[in-house]
Amino acid sequence: MAVAEKVIHDAPKAGAAGDPALDTFPKLLLDNARRRGNRPAMREKDFGIWQSWTWAEAAEQVRDLAHGLAAMGFKRGDKLGIIGDNRPRLYWAIPAAQSLGGIAVPVYQDAVANEMEYVLDHAEVRFILAEDQEQVDKVLSVLERLPRIEGIIYSDPRGMRHYDRSRLTSYEEVQERGRAFGAEHPGFLEAEIAKGSGSDVAVILYTSGTTGQSKGVMLTFDNVIKMTWSSIAFEGLREDEEVLAYLPMAWVGDYVFSLSQSYCAGFCVSCPESGATVMTDLRELGPTYFFAPPSIYENILTQVMIRMEDAGALKRWLFKRFMAVARRIGGKILDGEKVSLGDRLLYRLGNLLIYGPLKNTLGFSRIRLAYTAGEAIGPDIFNFYRSLGMNIKQLYGMTECSVFLCIQPNGQVRPDTVGTTVSGAEIRISDDGEVLYRSPGVFAGYYKNPQATAEAKRPDGWTHSGDAGFLDDMHHLHIIDRARDVGKLQDGTLFAPKFIENKLKFFPYIREAVAFGPNRPYVTVFINIDAEAVGNWAERNGIVYGGYTELASLDKVYELIQGCVEQVNRDLASEPHLAGSQIRRFLILHKMLDADDGELTRTRKVRRRFIGDRYQPLVDALYSERDHAAIETQVTFEDGRKGTLQADLKIRNAKTQPIPATVEPLRRAS
Amino acid sequence: MASAKRIGEPILKADHISLSFGGVKALTDISVEIREHEILAIIGPNGAGKTSMLNVINGFYHPQLGTITFHGETRRRMRPHQAAEQGIARTFQNVALFRGMSTLDNIMTGRLLRMRRNFLWQTLYYGPALKEELEHREYVEEIIDFLEIQAIRKTPVGQLPYGLQKRVELGRALAMEPNLLLLDEPMAGMNVEEKEDMCRFILDVNDEFGTTIALIEHDMGVVMDISDRVVVLDYGRKIADGAPDVVRADQAVIDAYLGVAHKE
Repeated sequence: MAVAEKVIHDAPKAGAAGDPALDTFPKLLLDNARRRGNRPAMREKDFGIWQSWTWAEAAEQVRDLAHGLAAMGFKRGDKLGIIGDNRPRLYWAIPAAQSLGGIAVPVYQDAVANEMEYVLDHAEVRFILAEDQEQVDKVLSVLERLPRIEGIIYSDPRGMRHYDRSRLTSYEEVQERGRAFGAEHPGFLEAEIAKGSGSDVAVILYTSGTTGQSKGVMLTFDNVIKMTWSSIAFEGLREDEEVLAYLPMAWVGDYVFSLSQSYCAGFCVSCPESGATVMTDLRELGPTYFFAPPSIYENILTQVMIRMEDAGALKRWLFKRFMAVARRIGGKILDGEKVSLGDRLLYRLGNLLIYGPLKNTLGFSRIRLAYTAGEAIGPDIFNFYRSLGMNIKQLYGMTECSVFLCIQPNGQVRPDTVGTTVSGAEIRISDDGEVLYRSPGVFAGYYKNPQATAEAKRPDGWTHSGDAGFLDDMHHLHIIDRARDVGKLQDGTLFAPKFIENKLKFFPYIREAVAFGPNRPYVTVFINIDAEAVGNWAERNGIVYGGYTELASLDKVYELIQGCVEQVNRDLASEPHLAGSQIRRFLILHKMLDADDGELTRTRKVRRRFIGDRYQPLVDALYSERDHAAIETQVTFEDGRKGTLQADLKIRNAKTQPIPATVEPLRRAS
Repeated sequence: MASAKRIGEPILKADHISLSFGGVKALTDISVEIREHEILAIIGPNGAGKTSMLNVINGFYHPQLGTITFHGETRRRMRPHQAAEQGIARTFQNVALFRGMSTLDNIMTGRLLRMRRNFLWQTLYYGPALKEELEHREYVEEIIDFLEIQAIRKTPVGQLPYGLQKRVELGRALAMEPNLLLLDEPMAGMNVEEKEDMCRFILDVNDEFGTTIALIEHDMGVVMDISDRVVVLDYGRKIADGAPDVVRADQAVIDAYLGVAHKE
């Protein structure tokens, strides 16, 4: 454990920038194999043990795979679809395709077959690397509609002994053919790698698509590598970082954190044993650098709190006592502010008794840097981790700008901003409040969609982010909401749905919330309760229930949620601009919102309009006098079958606070 | 599934087995063959003698009449540990695991028969016993990977849901590297998804390791789906034996399941 009051971070090193000759990932890989050949490049937990590969071994794996692809007929400009969980072999496939001048197209591994079909078809994929039988089955089920596909490579042969071999090849077989090809064509791969340049498209990443069909964002090597160096300089990342790769490979963040930053800074990336073991693997590994969306930090905190409820009286008392100390001074110590000696000693004692063991249990004892992004994070959650001495920071960016636009600098971390721009990036707020940016990371364009490209990348050189926000006098960016979601109630009151939803979601009992309001007389919300947290609460209060649907309909649960809603109303009342958008009525949905039903995106963002249409009768009832409403919905089960669900939901009114009279009508944030 | 499955010669033959407890006849003159690489299902109404049949096969019960020939060796009385040494492994109707031990340790117990180092070496820990332990651990890890139970490797099995406990029990049986695997209601009390998983594991075991499997099951859908052959027992007698679709159409079987009055 680091001594608590020491500032854990090195100051950002100026001028960490790559060798301009190393402008593609294959080139960086070869360079790493030369310079740090014996250092670990990748690890995977398999058969209960962390298996590792050095940079030299990784380069060899990539070489054999690239040769094998070439032997199968993979040519410059071809696309390789990559489908599966985070596995070293799947990560190696990316530079293997790029070595041959090809483009990697990672696909969300939990996408259903027809979503996959859209991406594979739109990206004109010719070869696919699929992790296992599950993914191969999905591809095979839509294969007849994908005439371009010539070869499917699979990594795990389990269960596929009786499959038709004509279009399936095992990973080992491809590498085997690769070694033979390499022996016959000496110098071929080196020449192919040398042909690549920084301005080539390296990857096409499909956005999760909060609205309609997803778009393929083309990023060049220059985009990603330049922003990566910029972020490495900002945070002082080193080759001895430990990172766990557990987020979907199709997401730009994973591409940058688990591939680009690793290749540039030279650190080792570890893959968990399976999706279910992430928390155990995290604990074993003890990463120094960690990324998670707010929902994960939230889940971890919820679990800690639930488990503390079950702990003995002494432990509970110690936890309460020292967490209060941490909340008061932990953040200050982390930011290097002045704290009295007594407090320092008290914090050190707390570290010995509570914070240290707790962080160790969670796998966070070595964390130097933790990021969160994608959604606003609850101030309570954010401060909880910071008070434990974990340097968690928010960053802001998107696929279209290669992740990094703003990061919170050390010592200036506040829950409500997303930080200042990283070097090379610039930000401007348009007249109607939208965040515009320029940076070397700005994407090459949407694949086969010039119209959408032109809408985002304007001739004046600024790219439109689609987010509404403002810069404060410290040059920190605040994000309010998606620009087009910020609307007005009938009387012109500002309505920022995500702002309200996030405030609700900060309660552990609320999993998801969907706010309605534009052009309506008042604000209403749908609530999705958190099965685990509410279930535990029910258990402790002796409330009996049969399942999620019943739990969600109990009067006691309604009372619990009503308390949360009214607390949010009190918070809103204290924000002069948003006091008018307090929640008047709400209901609790009988089913979890689910990406398989199209209600959430694959990255778990609510698709508000879609939900509004799907549950139209419920929305209508919220804007009537009725105290209940019936709904019939179609649901998709995990195996793809469909069924219908009927329910009669109660609707409750929430108390609102008087609006302070002095507020002027609000203009859009600027 | 498996078009090219190579079902071979009978590896186990039960000839004219009769078993009674005092005056209660559990099995009456039953002859059954189990062929190499096949999945054989034993079905029948409650009390038909299915579990007794498995118990006879692995030496837990000793029949009053009849013989059992396993891999060419004929016997009348055998102890369960001898059956285990010959390569017969089984799981139980009511999960019989060490509840306080982890998944890993439970499956390790399945390797016990294959551990050769004596108590003294084991006490020493270092040296040959450690090397042996590591070899067995490696095999157990392969089973854990095969059954996709990595996430519960270190969890005491008493804390696991029922469906997972069944899976651990299968893992322990597999750890013996059996050539005949007896499964007593492997899917009882499971939900649809757990049943589907279990079916897949049973088929995969049969397919990848070539293990011969005899199982007792009540879910007819499962039986018809995965078994190569079905034996039907009723009141201690064998009333049908054949391919699933033949057995399903058999009048005696239909009567047994619909509860037609028995004439003594």
